[in-house]
Amino acid sequence: MANQMTIGTPTRKKKGGDALSQKKWAMGFVIAAAIVYVLYGFVLSRLPFGLQDFFRTWLPATSLNEALVWVICALGLNIVVGYAGLLDLGYVAFWAIGGYSAGWFMSAFFQQVNIHLGGTTVVQSRGIHISFWGVLILAAIICAFFGIVIGAPTLRLKSDYLALVTLGFGEIIPQVFVNGENIGGFNLSNGTKGITPLDNINLLGKQLGPFDLSQKYIIFVFLTSIMVFISLRLRGGRLGRAWLAIREDELAASMMGVPLMRTKLSAYAVGAMAGGIGGVAFATHVNGVFADRFNFSISIILLAMVVLGGMGNVWGVMVGALVIAWVNSTGLPAGGNAFNNVFGTNINFPSYNFLIFGLVLVLMMLFKREGLLPESRLKMVLHEHDDDETMKAGA
Amino acid sequence: MATAISTAKSGKVHSISRSEARRRVAERIAAVLFSTLGAIWLGANLIKSPAQFFQAAIGGLSNGALYALIALGYTIVYGIIELINFAHGDLFMLGGVFSAYFISVWFGQTKSSPKAWLIFVVCLFLVMAFTASINVAIERFAYRRLRRAPKLAPLITAVGMSFILQFVGLTWNGSGPKNWNSVLPGGAIDISGVKIYYVTLILFAVTIPLLLLLTFIVSKTRQGKAMRATAQDQDAARLMGIDVNRTISFTFAIGGALAGAAGLLYVETIGTTSYNLGYQLGLIAFTSAVLGGIGNLSGAVLGAVLIGLIQGLNDGLPIGLGQQWSQTVVFSILIMLMVFKPAGILGKQVIEKV
Repeated sequence: MANQMTIGTPTRKKKGGDALSQKKWAMGFVIAAAIVYVLYGFVLSRLPFGLQDFFRTWLPATSLNEALVWVICALGLNIVVGYAGLLDLGYVAFWAIGGYSAGWFMSAFFQQVNIHLGGTTVVQSRGIHISFWGVLILAAIICAFFGIVIGAPTLRLKSDYLALVTLGFGEIIPQVFVNGENIGGFNLSNGTKGITPLDNINLLGKQLGPFDLSQKYIIFVFLTSIMVFISLRLRGGRLGRAWLAIREDELAASMMGVPLMRTKLSAYAVGAMAGGIGGVAFATHVNGVFADRFNFSISIILLAMVVLGGMGNVWGVMVGALVIAWVNSTGLPAGGNAFNNVFGTNINFPSYNFLIFGLVLVLMMLFKREGLLPESRLKMVLHEHDDDETMKAGA
Repeated sequence: MATAISTAKSGKVHSISRSEARRRVAERIAAVLFSTLGAIWLGANLIKSPAQFFQAAIGGLSNGALYALIALGYTIVYGIIELINFAHGDLFMLGGVFSAYFISVWFGQTKSSPKAWLIFVVCLFLVMAFTASINVAIERFAYRRLRRAPKLAPLITAVGMSFILQFVGLTWNGSGPKNWNSVLPGGAIDISGVKIYYVTLILFAVTIPLLLLLTFIVSKTRQGKAMRATAQDQDAARLMGIDVNRTISFTFAIGGALAGAAGLLYVETIGTTSYNLGYQLGLIAFTSAVLGGIGNLSGAVLGAVLIGLIQGLNDGLPIGLGQQWSQTVVFSILIMLMVFKPAGILGKQVIEKV
């Protein structure tokens, strides 16, 4: 008994330390973001030419912004997979819905109407023009709604069935957009041609077009920090603890009075919301939405980010997302070019991303299930049966 | 206590709660609604152009036979270790690429001839061995280590494996789809405007014996008995002297072999290979397995034939959504099914054990 007590106390102490280290992490995040901003906004143009070239090849500002979009979505998926333990393989659906919200409400796409709500275009232009910030909120609401619509009938299912149904939704919704040029005579999505260009972003009276990367960087960092804040606050609150309880043992959680459906649905809705925000951000980043971009591999890349960084740990997921997004957008092409130049080979490195993400998922699950920056509680759960007697007996 | 045991055994719940009763009513209403709608749709098409209807139905049936081969692999693996083997569809894809290269590249057969038919038969056995060994290797190195882990872990591993196999397909087959000539005889039997191609007949001639063989193995042999025992309770099976690891490996081998055979038949009947084929067909096949009731062999075949028919009719009929909505139709069925009848047509409601 006494033995157990001494084991119990240090872990509790460590928990207090966790809150402190979270603050440190948040400080670190803000400082890192500020350093990057200063570097790209002011220092880079004064650097010697060779160094500038290095940055342009290996760390272009556009890939930085794109990585932040991935971080936003990965944080959303982390709430669903990492917190609530529901495997969602169709997250791309929310990304697509968010993207199309931007396409619908921030462009001249709907020629039939003429609606202006704080948009940046002149009043005469047709289409729906709502301000970027309004569209963010709108997309979040639409996605949360779709999350609930998708979740309500399916969350009763066992976890592996749920994975499959979400996968089905991840297939259906992009297909709706691809074929959406003519749904009963109505042009919903402009088909594979996509919707482009989008309106400018309105930031403190300034108008940001597609090439104002450094100002958009600030917006994306702001959105990311909101997602981080939401994730951390929810994690510590009543809802977050209910999610963790469900993740660890659904049956036990429901016995303890956790309302399963409502709790799971809210995880789904919050996760979907983040997907919507990420979708809007990505649409403004590429200045348009294109239906054929929303494929299954996006869902898997996001999952790989969450798994690599450490399911359930916000900072782990962020690191995982930044690393994988960089590898995907810059590391593989630029590294491949460098390799081909040095060795005179002609290997198509970007095609290796399938192998890399597959290997990340498999190897992480086999050898380090809790991710690179593990969340202590999840680590315990994931290794619960590792020293099982039957396991040793060769089962 | 006695009633509890008997309810668990018969799979029926004697005292049903109110919400359960309401669910059953909803289930029934939905079933009636869907079958009426389906009947109206089929009837309208049948009246409009009977020949096209039967043509589409035959196309759907032959698709269904292919789906059945893949769906069986999902269902037996799920039946034994409760894992959705996401990599299974990609195994089918690799089987297809292997067969295409074996027949058309390594042996240079592009036309129908007796020699090519012989190579087709040899290829059938080789491709089955090829995919079976890949599947066994995946189980041995990845899934086996995760057998006691929380469910999320093997599922994510399976998704990762699927990506790795897709990468193999991508480097082997190239990034675009490739077309291959069939080495099977090309003609057709014409019954008043409805063409039944010889390849369709050969497809059935290969599929049906394989299905019968599988049924025989599972229900009549010693190994099949071991499989059923392992599926029911691994620990108890081990105590009875069954080598659980070997049994599970054997199950994966059978599933892989069926996927390989499906790959060969796909290449020889439809004639294309592409690296993401397995993902699409795998999903459809899994839907079939769930439709029939996952873990149930005849259910998987029934579900596959139904899905094949629905897809074939949707793609080929004059009044229908057409091919570009094919996936959407199949997955809508999947989702409807999950909502109203997660156990499938022939499956039993499973009571969760604590």
